[in-house]
Amino acid sequence: MLKDRHLIQPGDFTVDELQGLFELADKIMESPERYMDACRGKLLATLFYEPSTRTRFSFEAAMLRLGGETIGFSEPGSSSVSKGESIGDTIRTIGCYADIAVMRHPKEGAPLLASKKSVIPLINAGDGGHQHPTQTLTDLMTIRRYKNRLDNLVIGLCGDLKFGRTVHSLVKALSRYENIKFVFIAPKELEIPSYITDNLQKEQFETTQDLEGSLGKLDILYMTRVQRERFFSEEEYLKLKDYFLLNAKKMEKAKSDMIVMHPLPRINEISTDMDNDKRAVYFEQAKMGMYIRMALIMQLLGVE
Amino acid sequence: MIKIDSIKKGIVIDHIKPGCGHTIFKDLGLHKVDYTVVLIKNIPSTKMGKKDLIKIENEIDLDLTMLGLLDPNLTVNIVENGKITEKIKLKLPEKVKGILKCKNPRCVSMIENITDVEFTLIDPENKIYTCEYCDTPVKA
Repeated sequence: MLKDRHLIQPGDFTVDELQGLFELADKIMESPERYMDACRGKLLATLFYEPSTRTRFSFEAAMLRLGGETIGFSEPGSSSVSKGESIGDTIRTIGCYADIAVMRHPKEGAPLLASKKSVIPLINAGDGGHQHPTQTLTDLMTIRRYKNRLDNLVIGLCGDLKFGRTVHSLVKALSRYENIKFVFIAPKELEIPSYITDNLQKEQFETTQDLEGSLGKLDILYMTRVQRERFFSEEEYLKLKDYFLLNAKKMEKAKSDMIVMHPLPRINEISTDMDNDKRAVYFEQAKMGMYIRMALIMQLLGVE
Repeated sequence: MIKIDSIKKGIVIDHIKPGCGHTIFKDLGLHKVDYTVVLIKNIPSTKMGKKDLIKIENEIDLDLTMLGLLDPNLTVNIVENGKITEKIKLKLPEKVKGILKCKNPRCVSMIENITDVEFTLIDPENKIYTCEYCDTPVKA
């Protein structure tokens, strides 16, 4: 049972508990009308200490579609935080009004600190470059939905693998399943950190800079943004940026059932000529995010 | 060799790396106490070549976690009636609370007043711990 628990990092739930969440999300997707009153009378507090329209909308839409209500702030300037209130005091006070809370914070570990003081379930909606567990749930849900399994898969991760927290969390989460092979595709400057690969067996992963040459062996391609500010020089950025772009031409080399995922927002790493390809599932992925958040809210609140 | 009397009741901290005795002496606050304490440096040792040693003629509550963090190879001997009644071999603690500090400027412990941040040992060989809040590695 997940009732009254917090979700601070992807590893907080067991594989079986995750399975329960996915199954509930499946049911909600099949007949959303059955769940439109599941959280009637319940209140979700969204505590966004830094702006994130996409994640906040996803949580708010999830709660509203379950018949619940939301309160919150979308920047610290409009809350008591601007008066110097501690995170612990904020979450204790919010616990007097709301039934469940979601927190995004620029400081790493802020949601963990808050969870120690919170009397209501707390969900981490991203803490700096550290953890973003509901993005990981979204990614797992999407893979399961399109591949009908979370084991025996070859997944390519491309782009900024050094700083990309979604990538780190996804690798950790997927490595709990049987026979997963990772292909890390990145420029030297943005290679996957060794503290991530140290937890994998040698035969479980390979690193390469060749996106096009890797496509043929992948079941899933997970794209991320390559950001200009990550490079030492503009020249280096311009040289490499197109190399890690995905377009319709490159996709000819991919399997017919390979899916392309992206945590969004995308800038130019996936060309728009890809959007009508049935293998491009990144917008559907955002929809999955809402359904898995609905399932998560229901289970943490312990409502049927 | 200098001769120093045995203690009757108290604690002997043995196998201190030569040159480190003074740091441990100060970290335990022994330079401020009014009972008998002795710091002996560079004693010949068959095991270590040379070693430092501290004798404390008093019953005190030693913070073994902090001592283990300072030097996991220490031995703490408890002495009663002039005889060693207990030998405690120290080791690096698996968890430490409120001793280490995170150095990650993006960590929440930098802005909030948290005095009991817990660190978990991940690399005993290099004495590396990680911060419970941001997972940043810190060398003890």
